[in-house]
Amino acid sequence: MSFKVGIIRFLGTNCDADVKKWMTLKSHRAVYLWFENQFNVNDYDMLIIPGGFSHGDYLRCGALAAHTPVMKSVKEFATKGKPILGICNGFQILCEAGLLPGVLLKNDLQKFKDEWAMLKVIQNRSPFLQGTKKDQVIKLAIAHGEGKYFAETETLNKLVDNNQIWLTYENNPNGSVLNIAGITNENKNVCGLMPHPERALFEWMGSTDGMYFL
Amino acid sequence: MNSDIKSDIKLGVKIMPRDVILDTQGRAVEVSMRSNGFADLAECRVGKYIEIILNTSDVNKARSEVERMLKEGGLYNPLIEKYEIYS
Repeated sequence: MSFKVGIIRFLGTNCDADVKKWMTLKSHRAVYLWFENQFNVNDYDMLIIPGGFSHGDYLRCGALAAHTPVMKSVKEFATKGKPILGICNGFQILCEAGLLPGVLLKNDLQKFKDEWAMLKVIQNRSPFLQGTKKDQVIKLAIAHGEGKYFAETETLNKLVDNNQIWLTYENNPNGSVLNIAGITNENKNVCGLMPHPERALFEWMGSTDGMYFL
Repeated sequence: MNSDIKSDIKLGVKIMPRDVILDTQGRAVEVSMRSNGFADLAECRVGKYIEIILNTSDVNKARSEVERMLKEGGLYNPLIEKYEIYS
């Protein structure tokens, strides 16, 4: 099935072209959306917020991007139950915008981590990873300084109870609570993960597991 | 009086970009706030506030220690930053 995908670009987004290439490989039609403009939510089947350093990571990662005009439409899109994927900085933006619970803190040992990560698919009911089996382990690259997922115990309990934990690290690289690498909202239509599926598409890249995604 | 008992002193240091420096972070915050409808906003500047706790009860000593941290310890860069000490 081919979808019309909106890829949202902020000042400092830098994984947009990779995500577009990825969507093209998956036979979807992808267009860029600019942060200063709202859009008609009926024009798209799916949204992706790619990684990067939106608005210089100033104030807090994703904080300034979360309060831009385009996010009003993103929130409306989320309310309609349509799929939204946030990758890396996109995950941080979704958290700051309140579309996903929790926050991403500076990694343990204050280290920027760029390496391969083995990830367990905890639930495959999100729209984005239905091609995998539950507990399947996939290999994706991570590249982040602030990827340590944190939430209060009450929120974590909710995540567990509602099956909102999407992906976990096999070898926690950053100190995330419950080894969390990705979560979904309660409806499972808004998903965020720190690893980069768009960087695992061809054998020569070191993994093709990004192709499992929708 | 027992001279072994020492009380800690907490001082605060506010470090701000100098006025002549283009504060890119402040500008980014300012643009964001203005576009969110805070029309009266004139300017934002972003700096940092550091709390320093010293093992002394001598206020003057504590202050001069913090001054030394600023000037010799690299706590601020006089080329681009200015500071104020708060007690």
